[in-house]
Amino acid sequence: MARIPLAYNLRNLAARRLSTGLTALGIALVAWVFIFTLALAGGFQAALTTTGTKENAIIIRKGSTSELMSILTREAVGAIESQGEIARAPDGTPLAASELMVVWNLPRKSGTTTNVVVRGVGPKSFALRPKVKLVRGRMFRQGFDEIMVGRMVAERFQRCDVGDRLKLAGREWTVVGVFDSKGSTYDSEIWGDVELFMPVFDRPVYQSLTLRLAEPGYLAPLKKRLESDPRMNVEVEREDRFYADQSGQLTSMLRVLGLFVTSIMSLGAIFGALNTMYAAVGNRTREIGTLRAIGFSRGAILTSFLIESVLLALLGGLLGCLLALPVRSFTTGTMSFATFSELAFRFQVTPGMLLLGLAFSAFMGLLGGFLPARKAATMPIVDSLRQA
Amino acid sequence: MKYLRYVLSHLWHSKRRTFLTVSSIAVALFLFCTLRTVMTSLDAGLRASDDTRLVVRHAASLVFPLPLAYRDRLAQVPGVVKVGYGNWFGGYYQDEKNQFTQFAVDVSTVFDLYPEILLGPAEKEAFLRERTACIAGEALVKKYGWKLGDKIPITGTIYPGEWPLILRGIYRAATPDADENAIFFHWDFLNESMPEGRKNLVGIYWLKVASPSDAPRVSAAVDQIYENSPVPTKTETEKAFQAGFIQMMGNVSTLLTILGSAIIFAILLVTVNTMMMAARERTTEIAVLKTLGFRDGLVLQLVAAEAMLLSLAGGLIGCGLAFLVFRKVNFTAGGMIPNFRVLPETLLLGILLACAMGLLSGLVPAFSAARLPIASSLRKVA
Amino acid sequence: MTEGQGDSSPLISLRDVYKDYRRDSFVIPVLAGITLDVKRGEFLALMGPSGSGKSTLLNLIGGIDRPTKGEVRVAGETLNALNPSKLAAWRARHVGFIFQLYNLIPVLTAYRNVELPLLLTRLSASERKKRVTLALSLVGLEGRDGHYPRQLSGGEEQRVAIARAVVADPTLLVADEPTGDLDSKNAEEILVLLRRLNKELGKTILMVTHDPHAAETAAKTLHLDKGVLRA
Repeated sequence: MARIPLAYNLRNLAARRLSTGLTALGIALVAWVFIFTLALAGGFQAALTTTGTKENAIIIRKGSTSELMSILTREAVGAIESQGEIARAPDGTPLAASELMVVWNLPRKSGTTTNVVVRGVGPKSFALRPKVKLVRGRMFRQGFDEIMVGRMVAERFQRCDVGDRLKLAGREWTVVGVFDSKGSTYDSEIWGDVELFMPVFDRPVYQSLTLRLAEPGYLAPLKKRLESDPRMNVEVEREDRFYADQSGQLTSMLRVLGLFVTSIMSLGAIFGALNTMYAAVGNRTREIGTLRAIGFSRGAILTSFLIESVLLALLGGLLGCLLALPVRSFTTGTMSFATFSELAFRFQVTPGMLLLGLAFSAFMGLLGGFLPARKAATMPIVDSLRQA
Repeated sequence: MKYLRYVLSHLWHSKRRTFLTVSSIAVALFLFCTLRTVMTSLDAGLRASDDTRLVVRHAASLVFPLPLAYRDRLAQVPGVVKVGYGNWFGGYYQDEKNQFTQFAVDVSTVFDLYPEILLGPAEKEAFLRERTACIAGEALVKKYGWKLGDKIPITGTIYPGEWPLILRGIYRAATPDADENAIFFHWDFLNESMPEGRKNLVGIYWLKVASPSDAPRVSAAVDQIYENSPVPTKTETEKAFQAGFIQMMGNVSTLLTILGSAIIFAILLVTVNTMMMAARERTTEIAVLKTLGFRDGLVLQLVAAEAMLLSLAGGLIGCGLAFLVFRKVNFTAGGMIPNFRVLPETLLLGILLACAMGLLSGLVPAFSAARLPIASSLRKVA
Repeated sequence: MTEGQGDSSPLISLRDVYKDYRRDSFVIPVLAGITLDVKRGEFLALMGPSGSGKSTLLNLIGGIDRPTKGEVRVAGETLNALNPSKLAAWRARHVGFIFQLYNLIPVLTAYRNVELPLLLTRLSASERKKRVTLALSLVGLEGRDGHYPRQLSGGEEQRVAIARAVVADPTLLVADEPTGDLDSKNAEEILVLLRRLNKELGKTILMVTHDPHAAETAAKTLHLDKGVLRA
């Protein structure tokens, strides 16, 4: 079957430059919104899924959905730390950290205020989370009024950089270091000595215990034993799953919102593409008649117009992808419902998302091009030649 | 008006294009109304707040409680008419997905402080009499198909366990912005179930003052009392308190504004293109009108009117659809937006936006039609 | 005929009219010094080979184009001096156009097409209706007023176009190859119609054609060649 050369479509698109440009830009914006919402949901999810690792387990009070609502007494913590499944530090002590979490209202750099997670951490907390790296300043010293802040906190809140003094629970603390945890939720936290925090924040109990499993397979027996002990009243969860679960509801809501917005919006763009392609067919009626008269088949005409429409949409999609690249540098904060405080994260644009955006654009082109292409293909030759 | 028929004839003649264009504009305006309603619904608490109500909370954060002992001292502060209190319960019904507001409140004062809660006298009495009774908003009751007398087990996350509440009243909200997706139950019931050490702790106090002008003085007085105590307070008007809540949500509104602008702009581009194509197809026709003696200005108006009519139709359909859809569906976004309601000003703004789109999309073709030289345009075809 | 001028003064009067077209950097002279007087009530045919400037001359007289140099006076107005909006009003009042390809508005019915020039007047809807019906019966199309252009034959379309040209009672009819796209039978009917308009209603008619038979219909024929008139 004779094919109409691609150059014919390209030349036609180039000939009506303005119309091609406007339609492509419209489709580009739809693709951009599509990628934008994916990047938002992806960024949020990434922040929580990178927070935990599967080598660690976290223990909280039964029935609490997050650390904030949990309570662990010193006795319970002592009993848990003696379990055999826990890995040992080089010095032979169990690799486990019992921590305190409170949230504190702090002013953002923009002047508005929001809650920030303040975590009291122990000597093993850093060893348990190798991703957490000091990027500026130094570690806090135990027993001193010193704190460290996550990178996002340093960026977004007032008086939260190395050397600043911050007031928490009626006491002045010196910010001595800034740490980075590769985009995890720790970046939105303030860390200090748990044993100092407990009296200062008037909290006689811990909230969670994180531990390293000696063997990944030890989780199941540990979970079974601890959860069935009525005196403990705790829940044991693999750390990565625990944080991923917290992201579940908001991530799926963001996804649904994104899907809702983009699918409805794409409908509008498809209508626009239909208009453009119908006009293209209308303007070229006589040309189509000529092509048919020369001997090109209906299939060739249909394919040619479909290709033109998809090309137009892909042009838009490509532009949308280009416009979406800078989205990577967007940072936003949202309230995490698990901790009732701000969780800042970076938008995440992955090659997969870009490809999805392109595929989505091509799909819009296909839908917007099909009916006009069919009209072009089924036009009677004689009538179309006669058309002015 | 006599020219209207001319414009309408064109729209009617290109039915497919008219349909597609109106639909794409309708889609854009529907989305605009939806996104803006998300924004305004987050602010519903702000609009529902009363300037004579103050909220007292722990100075550091809402998650820290205040002692019950503060109640009597607060009542003595000059200017305070009434003191109420409550704890945010933060539980769910049957499944974690079923989240909505539950408040354990001091039932003796809640109806004085919140006259927005409309409850029949018999139901009120039944609610007050029974320790485990609760009242729920009409919208919520409809959503879960509850009846009076039903046992509604709420699972606590802050207060562990399952709390067997019994529905004794269904309230309606007196104003459209007040939350009708909430449950209120006895604070005493919550308190007596608490272990020693977690008893007699209050989440927030509500103060009623005689007039809005008393608010700053009372706030300052309260915070001064507890300034150097182990549990300092922060007192602010209900409005400021709600505003703080919205601030905590972060830049949701920025994100929605970005999305909304992108949508409107995309559809605008598509519409501009359609209008230009429509005008280009009619080059000869416009030249003919001019030979008949139609002035350039009149031609401009006719072309612009067509774009305007299309956009207006799209705007009316899109906004109307948003209004109807969200009136029928009790959409709460998983309990996060309890009062999803399309405001009249959103609809008005949508229509205005549609008009602006019509104006902008008609501008280029209208001006080029007006400037079209007659003689050369006629020759093109002949 | 309401102009305050005597019948003796010419309706159309061109004095040394030049018209050039610019294509990129080229200047193409189309009319080179035309001087012409046409009396009221005349039926004049303009003949000449393609590119001789017939249509351009017609467009100047019809007020849809402007001369490069010289004076064009039609129906008491110096057209060069009118601004676009005054010129449009002048056209509405004085000129009816008839084209080779009819140029009816495809989305309007025959009736609405004919009504178009009347929309520019102050006439009421019922007065407009009376005039449109009259014009359509004049061209022999009573009963076809609800048809769209695509439902009419070429001859019928041209008659609708003529009805549209005369409905506002203009002083001058300007026809550019009115029979150029029609078969001889239909062409003959159109020519008969034009002659009647000239004879019975006293319309001044200026017709461009390259059909000698059509030209014979006119009372007088002018020949145009390379932008210059040859009587």
